[in-house]
Amino acid sequence: MSAVATTSKFKENAHDALTDARLQGALVHARNFTVRRAAAAERLPEFEALRDNARAVKDHTLAHLDLYLEAYERKVVESGGQVHYAQDAEEARRIIIELCRSLGAKSVTKGKSMVSEEIGLNQALEAAGIEAVETDLGEYIIQLRGEAPSHIIAPAIHVTKQDVEQDFRKAHRDLPATRDLSEPEQLLAEARSVLRARFLAADVGVTGANFLVAETGTSIIVTNEGNGDLTQILPKAHIVIASIEKIVPTLEDAAQLLRVLARSATGQDASVYTTLSTGPRRPGDPDGPSAYHVVILDNGRSSMLGGEFEDMLRCIRCGACMNHCPVYQAIGGHAYGWVYPGPMGAVLTPSLIGVAEGGQLPNASSFCGRCEEVCPVRIPLPKMMRHWREREFERHLSPAPFRYGLGLWAFFARRPTLYRFATDLAARAMHLAGRGKGRFSWAPLAGGWTQYRDLAAPEKTTFQSQWRAKSGAVK
Amino acid sequence: MTATRDGRAPNSRPRVGLFVTCLVDIIRPTVGFAAVKLLEEAGCKVVVPSQTCCGQPAYNAGDRATAKDLAMQAIDAFEDCDYVVAPSGSCGGMLATHYPELFAGEPDMAAKAERFAAKTHELVSFLVDVLGVETVAARYEGTVAYHDSCAGLRELGIKTQPRRLLASVEGLRLVELEEAETCCGFGGMFATKYGELSNAIVSRKSEDIRKTAADTVLAGDLGCLMNMAGKLQREGSPVKARHVAEVLAGMADGPAIGESQGPKQ
Amino acid sequence: MAGEKRGGEVSAREAIFANVRRSLGVTGAEEPRRFESEARLAKAPPGVVPKRGQGGAEARIATFKAEAERAAATLAEVAALAEVPGEVARFLRENNAPATLRMGTDQRLATMPWSVTPLDILHGPSDGHDLNAVSVAFAAIAETGTVALVSGADNPTTLNFLPDNQIVVVLRSDVVADYESVFVRLRETYGKGGAPRTVNFITGPSRSADIEQTLLLGAHGPRRLHIVIAG
Repeated sequence: MSAVATTSKFKENAHDALTDARLQGALVHARNFTVRRAAAAERLPEFEALRDNARAVKDHTLAHLDLYLEAYERKVVESGGQVHYAQDAEEARRIIIELCRSLGAKSVTKGKSMVSEEIGLNQALEAAGIEAVETDLGEYIIQLRGEAPSHIIAPAIHVTKQDVEQDFRKAHRDLPATRDLSEPEQLLAEARSVLRARFLAADVGVTGANFLVAETGTSIIVTNEGNGDLTQILPKAHIVIASIEKIVPTLEDAAQLLRVLARSATGQDASVYTTLSTGPRRPGDPDGPSAYHVVILDNGRSSMLGGEFEDMLRCIRCGACMNHCPVYQAIGGHAYGWVYPGPMGAVLTPSLIGVAEGGQLPNASSFCGRCEEVCPVRIPLPKMMRHWREREFERHLSPAPFRYGLGLWAFFARRPTLYRFATDLAARAMHLAGRGKGRFSWAPLAGGWTQYRDLAAPEKTTFQSQWRAKSGAVK
Repeated sequence: MTATRDGRAPNSRPRVGLFVTCLVDIIRPTVGFAAVKLLEEAGCKVVVPSQTCCGQPAYNAGDRATAKDLAMQAIDAFEDCDYVVAPSGSCGGMLATHYPELFAGEPDMAAKAERFAAKTHELVSFLVDVLGVETVAARYEGTVAYHDSCAGLRELGIKTQPRRLLASVEGLRLVELEEAETCCGFGGMFATKYGELSNAIVSRKSEDIRKTAADTVLAGDLGCLMNMAGKLQREGSPVKARHVAEVLAGMADGPAIGESQGPKQ
Repeated sequence: MAGEKRGGEVSAREAIFANVRRSLGVTGAEEPRRFESEARLAKAPPGVVPKRGQGGAEARIATFKAEAERAAATLAEVAALAEVPGEVARFLRENNAPATLRMGTDQRLATMPWSVTPLDILHGPSDGHDLNAVSVAFAAIAETGTVALVSGADNPTTLNFLPDNQIVVVLRSDVVADYESVFVRLRETYGKGGAPRTVNFITGPSRSADIEQTLLLGAHGPRRLHIVIAG
């Protein structure tokens, strides 16, 4: 079992989110992302060409994934590191816990990693008696709150500064009550000093990876805070947890992806820290971890290769799709009910936890297409959500009234003469029912519409019947 | 009446099949007649083959078989037309971009769908990009905000064309929405299946509209317009919603979408 | 290795490779695929490289400075390596930092005249209690105003993250156009397919926007990044 999902209750979750005034206030801040991305894209004339090539790099890698994985593994071992493979979340957790135990670890610091969320690593470490400390400021805040991230690059975007102050006062026991913590600056200073001590005390550092480079056996992480670096250079061991599709062939290929990653994510030309790590501390090195382990996770991804969801494996987790999604903007990430929110989550979640649990997500989209428009690796997200809907429809998983309604409509739509007759009749009837008011504030079978907005009434008769009457008269 | 870049000889009038779209057909025939007027003024011979729906509701609901049946029906119905024109970016996108995808892997049908797609256009982009229309002879007294409907914008690249023609409408002042490219929350069945979510999105849109000085909101898709109109009206806003074709054709003197159809002024 | 065998069953490694190959419809032995992937690893084609960082040495330095400043780094230029200590002392004094400075055993730093400054010089990695550190960059990248630092016996990585004030010396001749130029230099230094334990690409001082999207400098790493271009 991975992190517990509430995805099947998406509609209820969305309702809760929409009626949560505090959350709605916090979500306004997420809108800044779209402006920043647009400015960064505008500033780089080669941005669109880079997106095309980023997609090509990923497609090439996926088509040769077995070979690049082999090459990567060889280079890690050559540089003194070790590679472990995990087919699922349970296996990945077990490997990491065993590694921590063999290193005698009592305390683990963690860089931000969505794969670690996917496998529910923190809870597993705690259950094994090993303290896990998230060090990304946003991750640290939500760890104190006992929550999951609500955004893949801004995990605490749903939290207000007042919430953070409360969380810190509760968790940091020796904090004087008189200390002013009303502004983000003061909150950051408090977190910095508390976490500095944790960094220095940790036995093992666990990070994710944005890329794994086959050419050199290198793992790459990208951060703005520097927490990922302090996580990996101070303890005696560095464990990288990454999924199979993070592989890229060469450093040059990584650079292509890095150029679109930061711009798409935060609108920066480059994140502050892009760190390439290859193996453990070298002879003579004055610092750095003595041991370097990479845990490579599959968790259903190898089955996505070669199929209609393969394109999803190009995803570099920038978050642009959710930043630009009207649904995400309205409800935030927690309503999606599992680890990955927004459009990328709507496609990936059913793949990873099953369509029975995750099937609502690909349905809850207006198909506005803005996610695909901004995706740095041009993943056709709406098309893949539609694939999920097709699978549901084929397996009769969509709700029965919906299927019957669609079937009835299709019966008429397949018969043009009957359709013209029926629609004209309907238009006339609805026009009369509208009683010259021009709209309805309630209509049968349209409650989802009329509960929130009026529904325009037909003008009178259908266009087709009027056109026929006219052209008949002319002839 | 309509100025074109190259004056077309009458005998070369292209035969344009109007794909009227379900919503225009049933709810607002005025848009269909406005489209006919604009096309005829631009030198086209307009025909309206017997038709039903483009199949998009089925396609987006995952019912590929029905979508394919309706696609074949539409392709056959417009066989003898030089062009197929729809007063909608959404239905236009279905015809022009999704039909070929529907038949991927079936070479004969795919080729047919490709040919059909190549001759299919959304109304306003057809006027500007294909027929070279640069101005219209219309008058509309008012301040207008244009909402870029998603499918038209992203699948068909419709952005400048309606603004260019609107600039030639006498008396019309165009203002921009802060988030003109953000979805209105319609999304077909989405609006009723996820009514509460759709409402949150359209509420933001109506806020954006009300922040401008606009007295009218225009768009190229009746679905989006009914959504925005319905929200504005429920909120008691006096802002009117109209299809852009009504304004361009000078046929915006009747009641706006969802407005009282009492005696015309 | 931990977790790799479940008594008698196929290892996770074998199972994953088998499933990848089954999904791709390949055996892994196909010559054209092997050839293509090996060629890419050998040649490392550069892809799309932005024009922004390109140009002669002076143009690259100008772009580097402008981009680094955009990323909130501060910059100074000195004519010779011997002038670096004076500039470092000035920078620390101006920012009311204590007169201590930690550095690795880099030869170029060692030969600089630190004794003309009032600074107390400490050597070796940081234990988290140093406020100031100086290192020499492996290269600097004009495209994004980024400094590249490599770990090694003479160059502790902790100096890049623990102190409040990070000072990086960049030799004028080390300002390159883009990331690809750094990779070429890395291969020249560490051999093809080789790499130091750590390469740090650093663009400006540490920051976070995790609380209400308010951008603040000095999250976990340095609050200031001062770059001294020398030579």
